[in-house]
Amino acid sequence: MKVQLLRICHGRSGDKGDTANIGLIAREEKFYPLIERAITAERVKEYFGAMVLGPVERFELPNLWALNFLLHNALGGGGTKSLKNDAQGKTLAAALLRMEIDVPEGMIDGHV
Amino acid sequence: MKPLVRIASGQGFWGDLLTAPMAQVSNGPIDYLVMDYLAEVTMSIMQKQKNRDPRTGYARDLVTLMRELLPLCIEKNIRIITNGGGVNPLACSDAICETARSLGIRALKVGVVLGDDILGRIDDLQRDGHALKNMETGEPLSSVRDRIQSANAYFGAGPIVEALRQGAQIVITGRTTDTGLTLAPMMYEFGWRQDEWDKLAAGTVAGHILECGGQASGGNFMADWRSVPDLAHIGFPIAEAYPNGEIVLTKHESLGGLVTLQTVKEQLLYEIGNPTDYITPDCVADFTTIRLVQEGRDRVRMTGVKGRPATEFYKVSMSYLDGYTAFGTLTYSWPDALEKAQKADEILRVRLSDLGLKFEEVRTEYLGVNSSHGHLAPEKGDHNEVVMRVGVRSKDREAVERFGMELAPLILTGPPSVTGFAGGRPRPSEVISYWPALIAKNAVKHEVVMRTL
Repeated sequence: MKVQLLRICHGRSGDKGDTANIGLIAREEKFYPLIERAITAERVKEYFGAMVLGPVERFELPNLWALNFLLHNALGGGGTKSLKNDAQGKTLAAALLRMEIDVPEGMIDGHV
Repeated sequence: MKPLVRIASGQGFWGDLLTAPMAQVSNGPIDYLVMDYLAEVTMSIMQKQKNRDPRTGYARDLVTLMRELLPLCIEKNIRIITNGGGVNPLACSDAICETARSLGIRALKVGVVLGDDILGRIDDLQRDGHALKNMETGEPLSSVRDRIQSANAYFGAGPIVEALRQGAQIVITGRTTDTGLTLAPMMYEFGWRQDEWDKLAAGTVAGHILECGGQASGGNFMADWRSVPDLAHIGFPIAEAYPNGEIVLTKHESLGGLVTLQTVKEQLLYEIGNPTDYITPDCVADFTTIRLVQEGRDRVRMTGVKGRPATEFYKVSMSYLDGYTAFGTLTYSWPDALEKAQKADEILRVRLSDLGLKFEEVRTEYLGVNSSHGHLAPEKGDHNEVVMRVGVRSKDREAVERFGMELAPLILTGPPSVTGFAGGRPRPSEVISYWPALIAKNAVKHEVVMRTL
């Protein structure tokens, strides 16, 4: 079944200059392999489209059931230069959580 | 040696919750209160203040806070460590000593860390072969040299440890890393050597968790914000450190907030790059080695953190003037709120163009529609209201100022049912850009000055 990432993940995003980072964290250990397989750097780059001008990098933190994405040139210049309302990318984690992911039947709501 | 040391976060940035430090001091046992004030933009604001008045250039909030904090911290033997000294730690310590005197405090040792400010040494350093080129783009410093406003090396925990060894009850620094503030008391209390990389990494990770205050204990908590008790009285995080490098993240029981695996993980992932190379002046920490266990209510134990040797360089952050921006908003109501806002934007751009004004960028966003998530936001037709937010940026201050005069006229000469122009004309503000560089550690000497009352 298809669900929004919000169902199986949480996260936090922030800035380093013109680069945004999104930490994507699985809510349960069993969901980590799913996001590790499905939420690739390429997919995130394609998903954000024109919102991210530079490349997207991905790092894995299986110990925290988490992925860290770096979105380069994503904040309109960053810092005090950016004209964006969300110049620090604080809402980008929520934007990623809108993405849909395939989850095997029965894996959600305790029907494992 | 103490069996454990409790280090409490008091402020996560300049402008944070002002009641938090006193809540940490008065609601349970702590040994250290650490307060992080500095972001890159903060340093340039402070430098600007110092240029106008040489007695300023630090977090003045800190002096107000000290009036409350000092009597109780002295009574309970709680030491305070902060980088709120900004670009003028000596003036900051003067003000704090003055406050202490006015409170009738007779004995107080304040340690001041100096030497991070290299603004006056840039030309000498370059002559000695330190290029200070942009570490991200490789550009030479000459391209911005005449616009540099501030220049500071990031010190680590070392200088603070020295101050603590000399008996400082309060340590005031300039540009010290956020993580160094938390690591220093662990090194001092447990006698950790400067090459015990795993322990230094553990203390550094604890510092990363504490450096944003309430963001580790239930603030800005995405996993389940509804479940967080009493955010109005949120307890900032506390690191309970042990000599072997294990650390328990917790908070005072009587305060609000929440410390769980999820609150700690969200903060661990905040503003990091490559998790295996979290580089500080003290060590390189590997976030992929962190083990977390929830061992009780509001208690998360962290073990297993691995570290590697520190690099030979300090990071230097310089700020330089890079033009001007201004922002203005207008609110359009139903019916056809978005269509009217878009028409207003079109009219505004024609008028700016007729005036011949040059901007690097004019950006219009529609708050309530898609300003945060762009094309990822679903289409919703019938908006009750839409806020049009226009920002401009230019090297030409007059162009930016003129833009500020073009917004209000739209109310009577544009689409109808528009409001929300209460703040007056948008004013230009300076764009401060950053020049990150590296410098050999031996080129920047720190100094610890003790002031005794």
